[in-house]
Amino acid sequence: MTMDHEQIRELISPYLDGELDLLTARETEQHLRNCADCRGVERALRALRETLASSQPAYRAPSRLRKNVRAALRREAKTTERTFNPWVIFATAAACALIVLGAVLFQTTRASRNNALVNEVVADHVRSLLATHLVDVASSDQHTVKPWFDGKIDFAPEVRDLSDEGFPLIGGRLDYLGDKTVVALVYQRNKHPVNVFIMPATADRNTSPSATTRRGYNVLSWIHNGMKYWAVSDLNEAELRRFTELLVR
Amino acid sequence: MFRLTESPRLSEFERQVLPHLDAAYNLARFLMRNDHDAEDVVQEAALRAFRFFESFRGENSRAWFLRIVRNTSFTALKRHHTNEGNVVFDEELHGVENPPMDAGVVLDRAQDRQTVRAAIEALPAEFREAITLRELEGLSYKEIADIAGVPIGTIMSRLARGRRQLQMILNPEAK
Repeated sequence: MTMDHEQIRELISPYLDGELDLLTARETEQHLRNCADCRGVERALRALRETLASSQPAYRAPSRLRKNVRAALRREAKTTERTFNPWVIFATAAACALIVLGAVLFQTTRASRNNALVNEVVADHVRSLLATHLVDVASSDQHTVKPWFDGKIDFAPEVRDLSDEGFPLIGGRLDYLGDKTVVALVYQRNKHPVNVFIMPATADRNTSPSATTRRGYNVLSWIHNGMKYWAVSDLNEAELRRFTELLVR
Repeated sequence: MFRLTESPRLSEFERQVLPHLDAAYNLARFLMRNDHDAEDVVQEAALRAFRFFESFRGENSRAWFLRIVRNTSFTALKRHHTNEGNVVFDEELHGVENPPMDAGVVLDRAQDRQTVRAAIEALPAEFREAITLRELEGLSYKEIADIAGVPIGTIMSRLARGRRQLQMILNPEAK
């Protein structure tokens, strides 16, 4: 495709800005070589650019403005983020330190145990995907999967098919978490497998799902009706959350 | 853990955005065409930018801030004079009120600057914007297009036409 004189004329400005693709730039160059008229346009544009550069017309922010902006930002930060007076901070910090110290002593053992458990949940999940040992009982029928666990474990998990909600039940298997035998239910969401581990909880109180991420997998854990649940998947957190809501609904 | 004097968010904002205050003022000044309004616009834009700092994804802080300055300016322009957005450039009118700049004569630097500033200010707002960002701030077409929220082709034609009008204003004898 070749361009005519009128078209090229419009391209001289972006040509001088170095904003044309290689091909168009070359064509423009060629035309300029042969067209005195366009060379005149080019010359005028270069002269204009020279004038603009040498006269330095750019404005600089007055120092007054700089000061006002900084002050306004500080005010804004103060109202939105609230700064404290030093005494309040000191008292709060001291109180916090005491509480934190106590809590830390109490929690570290629990936290590290919990942490190790999360690692294990993810490891179990990964292993179940690798070893083609996703399920011991393959069925999307909750009435097949649930009885399968009878006699193999000393608790009865709730098993619910969620096909209608887009999370079909694939099956179940026995797995180990810590040194305990747990129920693993497997669901699927658009090719993403979801492992749900269930074991009796040590606490009775229901908790809402709390999220962690480990090695790219999202893990949600919660307690419901005396059972501790772990849901792990490479699904995004939002979808995994929706799934857990359906599960304990 | 505790910062007594200022929030980390504020210091990060100042580090990212305040270096572009000159560019912001320059753009606002050419759009608003007077010191007072330009300062108001920049101050308002800085506050808005700070409030929406979370939406800044850490890519190009200059373009991000200039987009806010630009939008604040155009809103203010619409508020001030409703017809600003679609001023039609009149070749007959312009070019006579400013002293012509002869390439052969070296003018006084300050006078030179005044002439060029007045010439840019005589352009329609969208052209002032394109010329300022390209010629004075050295931004790419892509950046200018992002700031103005129009396709690159539009920036290309605004610049070409803006330059033609500048030539007519600065050098009315030339054809």
